[in-house]
Amino acid sequence: MAEMLLEIRNLRIEATSYPPGEPPRDVVLVDDVSVSVAKGRVLGLIGESGAGKSTIGLSSMAYGRGGVRLTGGTITLNGRDIRLVDARALRALRGREVTYVAQSAAAAFNPAIQLMDQVIETCLLHKVMGRAEAEARAVMLFGKLGLPNPESFGKRYPHQVSGGQLQRAMTAMALCPKPDLVIFDEPTTALDVTTQIEVLAAIKEAIHDTGVAALYITHDLAVVAQVADDILVLRHGKRVEYGATEQIITAPGEPYTQALVSVRSIEHVEKTDAPAVLQIQNVTARYQGTKFDVLKNITLDLPAGQTLAVVGESGSGKSTLARVITGLLPPGQGRIRFAGRELAPALAARTRDDLREVQMIYQMADTAMNPRQTVGTIIGRPLEFYFGLKGEAKRKRIQELLDQIEMGKGFIDRYPAELSGGQKQRVCIARALAAKPKLIICDEVTSALDPLVADGILKLLLALQAAEGVAYLFITHDLATVRAIADRIAVMYRGEVRRYGAKTDVLAPPFDDYTALLLSSVPEMKMGWLEGVLEGRRMAAAGN
Amino acid sequence: MHPVLTLVVQRIALGLLLLLAVSAVIFLGVAALPGDTAQAILGQSATPQALANLRTEMGLDQPALTRYFNWLGGILTGDLGTSLSNRTDIAAAISQRLGNTLFLAGWAAVISVPLAILLGLLAARYNGRWPDKLISGATLSTISLPEFVVGYIVLYFLAVKWQLFPSVAMVFPGMGMMERLNAVILPVIVLVLVVLAHMMRMTRAAILNVMQSAYIETAELKGLTPMRVIWRHAFPNAVAPVVNVVMLNLAYLVVGVVVVEVVFVYPGMGQYLVDHVAKRDLPVVQAVGLIFAAVYIGLNIMADVISILANPRLRHPK
Amino acid sequence: MRIPISALVGLFFTGAFFLAAIFAPLIAPYGMAEIVGGVWDPASSTHWLGTDAIGRDLLSRMIYGGQTTIFVASAATVLSFTLGSVLGFSAAVAGAWVDQGLSRMVDLVMAIPALILALVILSVLPVTLTVLILVMGLLDATRVFRLARAVAVDITVMDYVEAARLRGEGWAWIIFREILPNALSPLVAELGLRFIFAVLFISTLSFLGLGVQPPLADWGGIVKENSSGLVYGIPAALIPAFAIAALAISVNLVADWVLSRTTSLKGGRG
Repeated sequence: MAEMLLEIRNLRIEATSYPPGEPPRDVVLVDDVSVSVAKGRVLGLIGESGAGKSTIGLSSMAYGRGGVRLTGGTITLNGRDIRLVDARALRALRGREVTYVAQSAAAAFNPAIQLMDQVIETCLLHKVMGRAEAEARAVMLFGKLGLPNPESFGKRYPHQVSGGQLQRAMTAMALCPKPDLVIFDEPTTALDVTTQIEVLAAIKEAIHDTGVAALYITHDLAVVAQVADDILVLRHGKRVEYGATEQIITAPGEPYTQALVSVRSIEHVEKTDAPAVLQIQNVTARYQGTKFDVLKNITLDLPAGQTLAVVGESGSGKSTLARVITGLLPPGQGRIRFAGRELAPALAARTRDDLREVQMIYQMADTAMNPRQTVGTIIGRPLEFYFGLKGEAKRKRIQELLDQIEMGKGFIDRYPAELSGGQKQRVCIARALAAKPKLIICDEVTSALDPLVADGILKLLLALQAAEGVAYLFITHDLATVRAIADRIAVMYRGEVRRYGAKTDVLAPPFDDYTALLLSSVPEMKMGWLEGVLEGRRMAAAGN
Repeated sequence: MHPVLTLVVQRIALGLLLLLAVSAVIFLGVAALPGDTAQAILGQSATPQALANLRTEMGLDQPALTRYFNWLGGILTGDLGTSLSNRTDIAAAISQRLGNTLFLAGWAAVISVPLAILLGLLAARYNGRWPDKLISGATLSTISLPEFVVGYIVLYFLAVKWQLFPSVAMVFPGMGMMERLNAVILPVIVLVLVVLAHMMRMTRAAILNVMQSAYIETAELKGLTPMRVIWRHAFPNAVAPVVNVVMLNLAYLVVGVVVVEVVFVYPGMGQYLVDHVAKRDLPVVQAVGLIFAAVYIGLNIMADVISILANPRLRHPK
Repeated sequence: MRIPISALVGLFFTGAFFLAAIFAPLIAPYGMAEIVGGVWDPASSTHWLGTDAIGRDLLSRMIYGGQTTIFVASAATVLSFTLGSVLGFSAAVAGAWVDQGLSRMVDLVMAIPALILALVILSVLPVTLTVLILVMGLLDATRVFRLARAVAVDITVMDYVEAARLRGEGWAWIIFREILPNALSPLVAELGLRFIFAVLFISTLSFLGLGVQPPLADWGGIVKENSSGLVYGIPAALIPAFAIAALAISVNLVADWVLSRTTSLKGGRG
């Protein structure tokens, strides 16, 4: 066995939680986790939110956020237990032996200091090298990580460069003092999918070239499969499974790991054509006081009872399209036909039936429900407002809807704060269904949820479509979700529809450049996918 | 022109515009109130002839707008008008008092600003521990006290019970510096106490806000010493909010000084204002009110300008 | 639900002050303007707090003074609160020029220190209780306006308000059912702070001789009446001073508690 760099034994981490109106209590964040990283190896930590993966990552620097306490076990780095060293030795270790790459580099860089000074700060402080040498190394790393104009990049301030560039700069900052171990804490999660693959490739190459060991933390198994040698699967602070990447991906032992591997593999056969319930014709839109069109001449059809997925990255105009359809942003030009009639451009001019038949579900269920209303009030209001239901009839219908979203009894009097993320989104679905709509606009409804919960929501949406015959306009940036649910797909880029048609046609070659880039950037659950894609792109570039 | 300079110039222009609007409120707004100045001066028993004479003398028979522009023109050329109650030139009466008030407020500022920043830093550094609780608790009680209450408590104990300082702040022209300082020591203490509490609490909040940023965690994970984290990473980002806090509280001094001068019978602007409000001497009240408002607005403009200058996003545009 | 000790103390004293104010004629041992002793008699069994500068019972004057102070402050707070929050909500929901117009006007008034503006106005108007309440209420309404508008603007951008708009709900439902329940807690906490400010403000005005006029008593006025005694070591003026501080601190403790409950509710159970 190779020489061990980091050895964590029976780690236990606790924190004190302060629930309002109740006495404070201790909660266990990490329970009896053991793991080790050999020199030059990469360990992936994977799990849903609350699995304790970031807590473990930071504990290897003997750092705990907001009152987190290490209450048991040992953490051995380079042969000594870092829980026992004094503050001075700890500072000598942080930023020298172990460095950290945060999820949001935009927040993690100091806005008042030039990038170069921040990148080489540890080199100078820990006396790893002199200023000239450190700057040369930083420029070399900038180049290796594919940053533009590496010579002058360091002169800029954080707000002057893009999010993807900052994430690479943070990687350079972590690698600059030649550490033994780098902790990557969801470094690509906040990025668009086409940017993610570039940053991921840059990180992987930099890890490989410098021979550094790494802890790679993420919730996305497909991503970690590209960079890690071994994977530790965590859930609720406990270890689920630990093994080589190959074994975890191809032969997962635990049911939970199996579920993670097979996530996003819902198969949905597209429906045959039907008359359109929604027709968007030559729609152009811009926001008040701005000078350019966010939507440019959009024409799309959505057949009744089917799903049109609108795919695009941030800034593509996909959410603006939803605002135009709902009437929140009247289009500059073009018209919208719905269920055989023309919809008035502005919300105020629409009839009650227009409003009832187009419903909306939001990305953040948290902010989509009034925290001061019970589930019963939230679902009951459309029943009362559109159908005049009252008393027992209303209550009975609310219960029917709760049954439909598989939530059963006992939820009617609860407040949103008492529900889990998945349950909240289900209540939002029930509120939309209560209006008996012909069309539901789903705006990134699964992107804030953990993968398994998201799968549950998608299955529910498919089942409801089969039962109620409602059409979905499904806005998302996630192509795996699109595969799972769409009958038709529209790919949007900078306010234009780049590609539109039946799912099988859109996802089959020949592709336009952007769709090809987008499709090839979605991580796949297999090892070597990243190299394959990059190789393919290099060949294509050479061919041109 | 550098975009930051443009912003600064815009902010100053906006402030001057605001000051103009404020002068209109002080003059025209008061003119529109249901009250007859002439009647107020002469009382209910005045004859119609006496009222008419006074109105002509004060120019009250002219339209309000004309009177406003005359007044404004006078102020811009240094003529603040004439007092109704004793017929003296307001500008002459004020010059001495303005100096006295600035002397008092200036010393209060010189003492309270560094003290507040130091205490704020201490409270933030030991956030939640006893030094923080002690400082925060002590300041909470001074915040709940009006200025004149603090004034009398200080006066009762320091001047009367223990006889450390004079109870009345007498100053007159030709007084030596040390004598002068000794005379104003009590009002300065009171002003410091009053401003210190607000300034310290806001400084603490501003620093804690910066200390909770993700880049402070980055700095800690780089293995920097606590001093270096604060000095190199927190300080440059805390300057703007702290300076802002200081400026806003200095503006608060403007109000505090009015009351404190009355408590200690100090011959400054504040007491001059209060005396003439009681005498319903409108020209004096308007002139002094405008000066106070101008100082207040000026400090607010300075706070904004410093925030603009300290913001790296504005200083180094994309 | 557990109420922290500090809030209980605050609630107790706030309640005591208000009860004493309401039942002042029943509690006070002597009349407000009744001369019952010598000048600045020390505390005794007949005059628990001694007598004042012209021989009136200080305890009785304190109780009646508290009534005036609390009444004026409460009335001004109710006025500033109703006006400020109604206008603030309207500005947030209506947006556009209504918001612009109101906000700029408030900016203008707030550009002048409240005490200075009050002094300018009071130099023209007759100083009666009604005028005092109106001036204080209107000046303070600007502060409430800013808060109410900010809170409501934060809420109107929430998806649940958009959902209500898309459903076709009217203004009344959106303001009273969606916005108000969520804005209530910060506004109630602000109510406490505004009340304290009103107490300090009326006391200061009275102390300057421009507030409540004799023979009516209020705490600021009692400080003024007895302040000349301080130089001779007679601490009568400090008693109303402490009463003002005690009232302000107790209301502060309650407001702090309401405010902390607000923030914890926002976080939900997380």
